[in-house]
Amino acid sequence: MSYSFWIILTGALVASSCALLGCFLVLRKMSMIGDAISHAVLPGIVIAFLISGSRSSLPMLIGAALVGVFTTFLIEFISKKAKMQNDAAIGLVFTFLFAVGIIMLTLFADKMDLDADCVLHGEILFIPLDILTTGTFVDIVPRKIWILFIVFIIVIIALRIGYKGFLITTFDPSYAVSVGISAVLWHYVLMTLVSLVTVVSFESVGAILVVAFLVVPAASAYLLTDNLVRMLLIAVGVGVLSSILGYFLAKWLDSSIPGSMTATLGILFLISFLLAPKYGLLPRKLLRKKA
Amino acid sequence: MIVQVENPVLEVHDLTVSYDKNPVLWNVDFSIPKGKLVGIIGPNGAGKSTMLKSVMGLVDKQSGYVKVFNKDLDEVREQISYVPQRESVDWDFPASVLDVVLMGRYGRRGLFKRITKEDKAIAMASLEKVNMQDYAKRQIAQLSGGQQQRVFIARSLAQQANLYLMDEPFAGVDASAESSILNLLQEMRAEEKTIMVVHHDLQSAYEYFDWVILLNMRLVASGPKEEVFTPELLQETYGGKLTLLDSLSNFIRQKEFPIKG
Repeated sequence: MSYSFWIILTGALVASSCALLGCFLVLRKMSMIGDAISHAVLPGIVIAFLISGSRSSLPMLIGAALVGVFTTFLIEFISKKAKMQNDAAIGLVFTFLFAVGIIMLTLFADKMDLDADCVLHGEILFIPLDILTTGTFVDIVPRKIWILFIVFIIVIIALRIGYKGFLITTFDPSYAVSVGISAVLWHYVLMTLVSLVTVVSFESVGAILVVAFLVVPAASAYLLTDNLVRMLLIAVGVGVLSSILGYFLAKWLDSSIPGSMTATLGILFLISFLLAPKYGLLPRKLLRKKA
Repeated sequence: MIVQVENPVLEVHDLTVSYDKNPVLWNVDFSIPKGKLVGIIGPNGAGKSTMLKSVMGLVDKQSGYVKVFNKDLDEVREQISYVPQRESVDWDFPASVLDVVLMGRYGRRGLFKRITKEDKAIAMASLEKVNMQDYAKRQIAQLSGGQQQRVFIARSLAQQANLYLMDEPFAGVDASAESSILNLLQEMRAEEKTIMVVHHDLQSAYEYFDWVILLNMRLVASGPKEEVFTPELLQETYGGKLTLLDSLSNFIRQKEFPIKG
């Protein structure tokens, strides 16, 4: 398999997992929680790295995902107890945890092959080079892609099984509680999934651009359909398309790959914002003229 | 003036609820008989919605308890259905009318079992009861206020409960939707269902309900409307709210010289 193919596949897997969960974040009006989690997991990643000594091990994933869930818990706790706006609490918690992560990163810099640059911007270029050595067919596929693929499957299974739970607690949490469905439980299930996806994605695209993958495909899909299942599928489509087009844009410009993928996402959003059949700017203007 | 009943459908005992140490409900104690259309009346901020929410366990109780059919809520959850305020959800959500009404089946069916043909039939029958069957495939963003309210009521009907708690079902709907919702509530009462409705319009309250709860943080009165609707009790409920005094005296005048029977 070619080098380009693995890079595009990495982008597509990151984009797909993020796009699926992003739809629920956007509909719950909590897109910035994705931003918070993607930054706040850094201390978790560093601690787990120090303990396990590797970047893609299971304890690291679990450790970082737990920190992500803890972040959302902390945000809610502070906004409730200090009677603070939710967005102020988000800004407070995630910058603090991220700063702690950066300090730890520089303190233990000599003990690990992880640096601030990788955390912020990702190292998608190195992903095809990291191959497992088991002597079986597993070695054909780069290690990181296995992990991204497994997490993608986990996301799909969770959404498939929990679809109704996510749907009802997103649309009308009070009603969900009134029929005996715990809105809090489903909130934390979603937050755990977002943390997991963020942690496995940050290494490829960086902590900043993960947010774009969480929010932009979902926001574009939101403009293109009135049906939740279709919204999920379109969001994945937008994510995959952006990683293909973004890769070639980066090649053409000889520039950053994750940066180009994210810029492509922005362009795709702009297109749906302008041209979406029902909710786009131009079709609505035309309709108004006709009417 | 609090009339307690034998074998109540709903019993609220010494209920106190506060938000951030500010009491919203204070020592509320009443019981509701079966098969009545019950109105909860009181000024803005009287804790009407909070009372429904605390019955459903949506807000924490400081003290007191609630019994439904003489049992704890969790034992009889299937018997009781809650209709939140229409404004509490985002109607731009990507869902169809049928998707929303089917949520009424989630509690009974459980989240992890498939929606069956029977569930769909019940959802469609519920939509027919509110006369919205032609809108099943319609996206919810395209509905008018009255239609949204009827979809919420259909979702609640799909639960096939015996006690219904509705938060402001008549708010922001036009006159024809109001009368069709009222008809539906009366049909439900004829089937021995009990319906408790938060209502803010004093003028129509006397006409709509059989049993009235007057609330202003404390319980002012609970009983048959003929006994509760006295100038003294209404003044006690709305007292001090100068803007309301006009419509209040209006109402009392109307009651003294009734236009309708």
